[in-house]
Formats: sequence, structure tokens, C-alpha cells
Amino acid sequence: MASDVAEGGFNIQPMEQFVIKPLFGGHELNWYTPTNMTLWMGIAILAATLLLIVGTRRRAIVPTRTQSIAEVFYSFVYRMVEDINGTAGLKYFPYILTLFTFVLAANSLGLVPYSFTTTSQAAITVTLALTVFLSVTIIGIIKNGPRFLKVFWIDSAPLALRPVLAVIEIISYFVRPVSHSIRLMGNMMAGHAVIKVFAGFAGALGVFAVFPVLAIMGVLALEVIVAFIQAYVFAILTVIYMNDALHPGGH
Amino acid sequence: MASDIEMAKAAGEAVKEAGESVGMPQLDFGTYPNQIFWLVVTLVILFFLMKRIAIPRIAAILSERQGAIASDLEQAEEMRRKAVEAEQAYNQALADARAEANRIIAEAKAEIQKDVDAATARAEAEIAAKAAESEKRIAEIRAGAMEAVEQVARDAAVEIVELIMPSLADAKTIEKAVAARVKG
Repeated sequence: MASDVAEGGFNIQPMEQFVIKPLFGGHELNWYTPTNMTLWMGIAILAATLLLIVGTRRRAIVPTRTQSIAEVFYSFVYRMVEDINGTAGLKYFPYILTLFTFVLAANSLGLVPYSFTTTSQAAITVTLALTVFLSVTIIGIIKNGPRFLKVFWIDSAPLALRPVLAVIEIISYFVRPVSHSIRLMGNMMAGHAVIKVFAGFAGALGVFAVFPVLAIMGVLALEVIVAFIQAYVFAILTVIYMNDALHPGGH
Repeated sequence: MASDIEMAKAAGEAVKEAGESVGMPQLDFGTYPNQIFWLVVTLVILFFLMKRIAIPRIAAILSERQGAIASDLEQAEEMRRKAVEAEQAYNQALADARAEANRIIAEAKAEIQKDVDAATARAEAEIAAKAAESEKRIAEIRAGAMEAVEQVARDAAVEIVELIMPSLADAKTIEKAVAARVKG
């Protein structure tokens, strides 16, 4: 397909940006080989450190701009956990904050030209979603024992409907990691692929490249919003799933 | 197990080769162990940075600010109370000063009154003394005049008696008689 397009004068390979390559050349890819993705995950850690640790080093009562952003960021996640899970959920706040920080940093850094979007990789989002799914399930069972099954047994529904609802609830419970991971990956991948396609047009159109460039600007602005919203969705869904573990049956 | 991994790797390579044209590098399972390994490394590092440094620090900043705001409010309340106290003290001082001023004025008035009274008394005494002296002088003058009249009357009487009856001309008797008449 790519070769067909290339013959027509275009050279668009929108998916090429998602290829994982060893960082220091070569073709050998062992489990420990640093890759372009490793680099950008490192940059994500660096960005989070700059904002949340370097930005707050003064510990000022009257904050600087960076410290304000760090505080807003912290309070945003803190309030999200507290509002949904109550004080019982605050124990897991560091995990949620780590998750949100990682996803947001990866999403946002992926918008930098020539960067690599970590969260567009199925391996990453599936691992994250499965980790959340398993943690929620294990914490739920440890904390509540058999009462955890109340998640599937809707007390507020009429008795006759409950078995049916239980089947639906069980299916939806196990589909969660799928939707949780594919949603993030799909959003990240689609936007970047679209930008790349428009960029390919721009390369071939000469003077008229102004139109695809304008389109790229629009899509990029949209992608900035999507990057934040998807990180938020990923985090808030994690918190909501966590609520099942902490308060089963408390729908 | 090992052969499984080999197979997965081989499949990954195959998908990778195909991936260049098919266009889904995400499905290159050969890269999965690598990705998951680095993801775990990243998350562990990030988690410890958050848990050990960022969260305690930001939580401390926020609670410190909360405390600072509370103590500032308290301080503001304290200062307001002090201001009210100062105002009361000021009003008190003003009232005291006014009372003091009134007292001083009253004292000065009383003193002046006393001086005026003393001066008046002295003047009155002087006037009285002068009046008494004048009276005395008038009395003296009147007494002198009386004596002169008596003298004249006596001399005249003696001469008259000598002219009329020289035998009876006894100066002493005549004088007595004249004195008696004049007094009467």
C-alpha cells in the first residue's frame, strides 16, 4: 500500500513513527535494549521531575508559576481520588498520581515533533490496564472477601433481573481492561497518524502545503486536548474501578 | 518454554517485516518484553520519585500554606483587637487630658479668684484705714474748733465780767461756768 502511494508522488508512512528501534543502532532487540521508547519514557520521568520536584524545590508559601502548576496538578488528582473513593482511597493516591503523571507526560511528549508516543503502544496500555485490573481485583478480594461479589449483584434492581444483570456485570467487568487500554492507545495512535498523513500531503503539495499545515495546526490543538483528556479518563476510570474494590455494591 | 519464546520472537520478526508495509508496529510482539521491561523500570522510578519526594513535599507546602493562612487570619484578628484597644486607650487618654485641662483651668481660676479676693480685701482694708484716719482728723479739727470757740467764749466772758463787775472777776470761776455752758 505504501509503495502504491509512493508511486503516486506521495511518501506517507503514518505508522512508521510507532516502530520501536534500538536507541544506539543495530537490529538486535533484547528485553533490556534501550530503545527510542526508553528514551522518551526517560524524558517523561524528567518532565515529571522538573514539574513536581524541581518546580517545588523552594517550598514557597507564595508559589512561583511552576510550583503553582505542580500544586494544581497534585490537588487535581488528590481531589479526584478523595471525591470518588473517599478517605479510604487516599492510601492509593500515590499510585494514581504516578499513573496519571506517566500517561499525561507520555501523551503530551508524544506531540513533540520527531518524538515517540509511548502510550500509542499496545504493550504499554495493555500492561497498564491489566495491572489496574489485577490490583483492583486483588485488593477487592483481600479487603472484602466474598462481599466483593456484590459488585456483580445489584441490590437495587428487582430480584428477577439480578441474575441477568450479574451476567452483564461480569462481562463488563472483564472487558474493562480491554476498553481501558484500547481507548488510550487508539486515541494516541489515530491523532498522530492523522498528523503524519497531513504532513505527507504538505511535503507533496508545494505552495499549497499551507492547507495541510493549517489542518495540522488544528489537529495538533485538538490532540493537546485529547492528550490531557485521555490521561484524565485513564486515571479517573482507574479510580472508579478502585471504588469497586473499596466499596463493593456501593453503586 | 524457550522454544515458545523463540517462536514468539520469530513471529515478531515476521510481523515486523510485514509491519513496514501493513502498518501496525504495535502488533510486533517481539518488542513486547522490551517495552514491558522499560515500562516497569519507568513506573518504579516515577513511583518512588512521587512517593518519596514529590508527594510529601507538595503535601507539606499545602498544609504549611493552610497553617500560614490560618495563623495570618488569627494574627489579623489579634491586630484588630489591638487596634480597638489602642483606640480605647486613645479615647481614654483624650478624656483624661480633657479632664486634666478642665482641672487646671479650674485651679487657675480659683487662684486668680483668690488673688482678686485678697487684693479686694487689702484695698478695702486700706480704704477703711484711710476713712478712719480721715474721721480722726475731722474729729481733731472739730475738737480744735470747739476749744477755740470755748477759748474765745471764755476770754469774751472774762472781759465782759471785768467790764460789768470787776469784783467778781475771778477767772477760774468764769472759765468753769463758760465750760459748763459750752458743753451743755
